[in-house]
Amino acid sequence: MCMRLRIALLLPLASLIAGCAFERVAPWDRDLLAESKMQLIPDPLESYLDEHIYFSKEASSGGQGVGGGGCGCN
Amino acid sequence: MQLKRHQPIRGALAAATCALVSAAPGMAWAVEAGGDWNVDSALLVYSEIDRVTVVEPLVNMKKQIGEDEYLSGKLVLDAMTGASPNGATATNRPQTFTSPSGNLYTAPAGETPLRDFRDQRVAVSGEWDKPLDRMLRGLFGASLSGETDYTSVGASAQLNWDVNDRLTTLSAGLAYYADTVNPESGAPVGLATVATATTGGNALSKDTADLLLGVTQVVNRRTLTQLNYSHSAASGYLTDPYKIVSIVDGTTGETVDYRYEKRPDSRARDAVFWKLVYRLPEDVIHLSYRYLWDDWGVASHTADIKYRYELDGGAYVQPHLRYYAQTAADFYRHSLINGAALPEHASADYRLGDLTTITAGLKYGWSPTKRANWSARVEYMLQSGESHPSDAIGVQKDQNLFPDVAAWILQVSYSAQF
Repeated sequence: MCMRLRIALLLPLASLIAGCAFERVAPWDRDLLAESKMQLIPDPLESYLDEHIYFSKEASSGGQGVGGGGCGCN
Repeated sequence: MQLKRHQPIRGALAAATCALVSAAPGMAWAVEAGGDWNVDSALLVYSEIDRVTVVEPLVNMKKQIGEDEYLSGKLVLDAMTGASPNGATATNRPQTFTSPSGNLYTAPAGETPLRDFRDQRVAVSGEWDKPLDRMLRGLFGASLSGETDYTSVGASAQLNWDVNDRLTTLSAGLAYYADTVNPESGAPVGLATVATATTGGNALSKDTADLLLGVTQVVNRRTLTQLNYSHSAASGYLTDPYKIVSIVDGTTGETVDYRYEKRPDSRARDAVFWKLVYRLPEDVIHLSYRYLWDDWGVASHTADIKYRYELDGGAYVQPHLRYYAQTAADFYRHSLINGAALPEHASADYRLGDLTTITAGLKYGWSPTKRANWSARVEYMLQSGESHPSDAIGVQKDQNLFPDVAAWILQVSYSAQF
């Protein structure tokens, strides 16, 4: 588990350092990217609720998208 | 150790194409299951220790109405009860206040004054996700939200344009909100003495325009990244009509009076947001960072990481860590000094002060059938600030001027495809 976590944390960093080396992923190789857990927002309701909580409790909000609805909680 | 769920090849290819056509969240779900209807529902309980509790059920229904075209509608209910800081600081004597509805309430010596409140909110929104061209999608949304003293009407539009063999998506979005603030007993004159303040000006307006520009890029077969820039401009009544500021004696630090807070009537905010989604053999990491700054003097860093650890049988556990730190707004004052010249704007709302939020949580998800998903999460949030600021005077030095805010976040979710 520990090793797994270490790899998990290091690999994205490594891919970042690799910078602009974007691979030309063929359409038939995009199966993993298409899974719901790989979406930018895999759980839209959870994301909506978190936005709502932190909008109410902090002086910052937004950044990831537009729309969603306002409230008087801040 | 882990089981991978196999999809029919046709479905997988359709999902692959679909997910890359658009950055629309959750869009692949209905396609994966091959159903027309996708229902997401959740119940959130947000409970601050000794303060506010919010119970929030919500449901989102999404229907496929054409090839790659979806309509969705969301209903959210909020029930808020409990106590919220009124802005006055703790002092060495009991403090008595009048609530907006005319009731007296007292804060004991040494305790941050909290005002009891109760409110409900109903929000509905809809979204139309439509392919406009082979490489172009449009997301059009509308929202309406109402509570006792606040109404918000909004509309949004976002275009997602696929380029580079659909490995890159360029996004541009606009949103506009027209809000109306209806304070319970009228809006007080900003910075007026609470005891003698006149109120009025019901139905004050607040308008917000948001712009977002973003790029989403497939890095490799396992990695997706997104970079957004957003700008938000708000104008109108941005003050909290219920918040006050303690006026203290410049020598003893004792509270001698209270004034209503007053914020500027405009705010311009910018943010850069970066996200990385990385897939290990089975597990997935979601990592994001946001830097935000505004013309009120607030600048903030937000870092968020979720690690989805796959278990046998399609279940998973997902630890979550979030770190947030902001600098105070220029006009944030824990209190004002009696007799000194009044600033143009002042607020003692702790949410505008130097603030750090740390959230840690755990989520467990499982799928009893191929078309149904359950999840439950528990999170703990802790906010802290300058409890003993260096400019505290006299008796203020013995008081906690920024007590920690701790909250539990509990959520149960269920989603299904029909």
